[in-house]
Amino acid sequence: MNLGPITIPWELIRIVVALVAILLFIVVNAGLVLVYLERKIAGFIQRRPGPYEVGPHGSLQLIVDGVKLLGKELHTPACGDKLLFWAAPILAFTPIPLLFLPMPFARNLVGLDSELGMVLILAFAGLNVLALCLAGWGSFNKWSLLGAIRSVSQAVAYEIPLLLTVLSVVLMAGTLKLSTIVEGQGTWPWQWYWLRQPLGFCVFFVCMLAETNRAPFDLPEAESELAAGFHTEYSGLGFGIFFLSEYAAMIVGSSVCVTLFLGGWQGPFLPGFIWFVAKVYALLLTMMWIRWTFPRVRFDQLLTISWRWLIPLSLLNLVATAFFMKL
Amino acid sequence: MSQKPTVDLGGDFYATAFQAAGDRQDRVILNMGPQHPSTHGVLRIIIEMEGEYILRAEPVLGYLHRMHEKMGEVKTYHQYLPNMGRVDYLHALAWNWGYVGAVERLAGIEVPRRAEFIRVITCELNRINSHLLWWGAYLLDLGGFTPIVYAFDDREQIMDLLQMPTGSRLTYCYYRFGGVRQDITDKFVEDTREFCKRFKPRLSLYKDLVTDNFILRKRCEQIGDLPLETARRYGATGPVIRGSGLAYDVRRAEPYSVYPELEFEVPVYDARDAMARYLVRMDEMRESLRIIEQALDMLPEGDFLAPKAPKRIKAPKGDSYFAVEGARGKIGVYVASDGSNVPYRVKLRSPSFSNLSLFDELARGTLLADAVSILGSLDLVIPEIDR
Amino acid sequence: MTLWREIREAVKGLYSLAVGMKITGKEFAKPWITTRYPWKTVDNLSTYFGHVELVPGAEDPGETSCIACGICAKNCPSSAITVKAAPSVEEPAAEGEKKKKARKKPGVFLVDFSLCSLCGQCVEGCPQDALRFSRHVYWAVMDRKNLTVDLLDRLAKAGGAKAGGNAGLPDA
Repeated sequence: MNLGPITIPWELIRIVVALVAILLFIVVNAGLVLVYLERKIAGFIQRRPGPYEVGPHGSLQLIVDGVKLLGKELHTPACGDKLLFWAAPILAFTPIPLLFLPMPFARNLVGLDSELGMVLILAFAGLNVLALCLAGWGSFNKWSLLGAIRSVSQAVAYEIPLLLTVLSVVLMAGTLKLSTIVEGQGTWPWQWYWLRQPLGFCVFFVCMLAETNRAPFDLPEAESELAAGFHTEYSGLGFGIFFLSEYAAMIVGSSVCVTLFLGGWQGPFLPGFIWFVAKVYALLLTMMWIRWTFPRVRFDQLLTISWRWLIPLSLLNLVATAFFMKL
Repeated sequence: MSQKPTVDLGGDFYATAFQAAGDRQDRVILNMGPQHPSTHGVLRIIIEMEGEYILRAEPVLGYLHRMHEKMGEVKTYHQYLPNMGRVDYLHALAWNWGYVGAVERLAGIEVPRRAEFIRVITCELNRINSHLLWWGAYLLDLGGFTPIVYAFDDREQIMDLLQMPTGSRLTYCYYRFGGVRQDITDKFVEDTREFCKRFKPRLSLYKDLVTDNFILRKRCEQIGDLPLETARRYGATGPVIRGSGLAYDVRRAEPYSVYPELEFEVPVYDARDAMARYLVRMDEMRESLRIIEQALDMLPEGDFLAPKAPKRIKAPKGDSYFAVEGARGKIGVYVASDGSNVPYRVKLRSPSFSNLSLFDELARGTLLADAVSILGSLDLVIPEIDR
Repeated sequence: MTLWREIREAVKGLYSLAVGMKITGKEFAKPWITTRYPWKTVDNLSTYFGHVELVPGAEDPGETSCIACGICAKNCPSSAITVKAAPSVEEPAAEGEKKKKARKKPGVFLVDFSLCSLCGQCVEGCPQDALRFSRHVYWAVMDRKNLTVDLLDRLAKAGGAKAGGNAGLPDA
């Protein structure tokens, strides 16, 4: 596009538009719908209504909560590192819209259909851990530090089986481009990759739970032990951003899982975008169901699960995939 | 660069006295508490940690000291009754019983049979209540957020039941010297039987949902190994010592009231870990149900309060001790009288105090998450520790 | 082979997790057990103890059989009751009869509910059985002073009405 002396490449405009749309998508879904769903599901599992008063069946509760969070004092711990303390929530949230860029929402609805889409996602997903570390250190609070330390080991341990399962799918599909992976799967559920890689699907799901710090792997923010762990000292907007980024990370994880294993936007009769959102929500609801059922796994058991079970299983998966590909 | 505000990092008297032995830089002193989501009440534990491992732990008590024993010296015998409901509000009727039993022993007051049965039924209902809350709170500590809500549903039903004779929901003041305050109605008997029928499948639900759960088993098994000798040394009683293999239950060892006529088992497990203590309490709920059903069947007609129960007590000189099996262990009340209408001394032996003293030895060398699990398995109620 | 045993244990463990999820899934579909207070209230309050109140007399519901002996005030562990006798009115003796001593009546009867522990020593210690627990349980005030109930006022206002309600309370 030619604006006199400046030429703005078409791709840049496309990326900016995509980012804005994604931000809207995240804020609406993660901020409003998902938290509401979580609280409602928690309520129903516990045989109580959940949010009910504000708006019909509590639908406006989240908006009011958002306003409340915005109105709180932004308190910094007196001796903490102010820069790191406030860099942490920003760093937690900023990569998330980038992670959605290569994701195919529908047949032609991709932000940046790059050849290395999968690598882009995996690269930026690792920044979450840095944010937790900064939060733990900048809080000047021993409890937060414990939470941050735990999160590092957890993230490293679960990154590996995640990569290995993704590698298996990529090997099978032959490309790192996400839209091609989705198009390689068929319309019907039995044509999706989860039946060809059942072990990979399960391992990926568990790793995704651990990477997003969701129960039963939510030790970094273990409420009962560490009094909210790494985000103890945050109030108001800081906490709000962490909260938002956790749910947004959940959506990212589910989207990647859907893209790789559950056929992305493929599905009979209905338009692609609806199928995509439906599948993502199905996975999210399962994650919430798991959260409200099980107690927390202990820290060393968490690492044991990863190093002793998930990594060998995912290696096995990879070798089997390679073997069957050769045949 | 602005001046960074300085903070005195020394800590208070207890933290400084607890300073890390030696000069190692990688040891952290952490305060678990007085405000902490998993110390049930206002308990402060100073922990020395290396990474995630606990090297030393020391509880600092007194945040909830309300001078109950001093109040025993200035209030008359009757005036002291409401205090006992507040010492351990979760098993208030057992503390009621301990005090009332001690004074009855001292003053030689007889309790009619119907009153004894009413006491047994209400105390066992209260025990189930207490164990349900322990169970829910324990799982909350471990990260499972739903069982506590299920437990509270059952607790509501029991509280509704106990509201009928006592008029309260938590801090009961129901027992009197020579019986109970008011009689139980037929509606109470009917509803209690209904409850017993409704509660048994709930216990199976809890077993399927939680006790057999793989994650919970991994969190509780082989955690907090308590050898029997250590438990005896510290005077631990109740489910803590029954989880280490000793079948010591005050209802069988020093029988009181009509317990000798009731058939029930004392659950004992040998595993010595947190899972054993957990299973003891779950089994105790089942046994309490058995006791309640038997007592309801055997409930005789008669007085609920001894006809000659004194309205003012001037106990003869002397002292007496009465022990009761509480939900947490052996509750003991010692009353010494000098002949006036005010006791000379009331000593309350709280089981949680002895159980808490075990924590230091149990927590050495464990992870912080395990320490939380051990603390939960000891079933502490801090108001009872501080009195 | 310990590996085989571990695998078996892991499979059994995963099965227990599935059982747990089935249970919460079933509970998800069951109706709520909570009551939406204050639009709906619970219906089991007939046995719950509110603060103490004077029992209305059998013949005259506005009169009490209390003789202002003060036993309730002495019995109270928290000194929550204040009772003062009304100045006695001497009745003129009828012709040929001895002068009767007028029955004492309470002039002031206050209960500070902020100190009360619902122990019932006042109710049980009363020689006239003039006290009972009311059913006044839905009570909230903004100032601690408003937690003191004037029982005589309450009795006069209730005048034989049933034992619930706000009768006789000072303005909040």
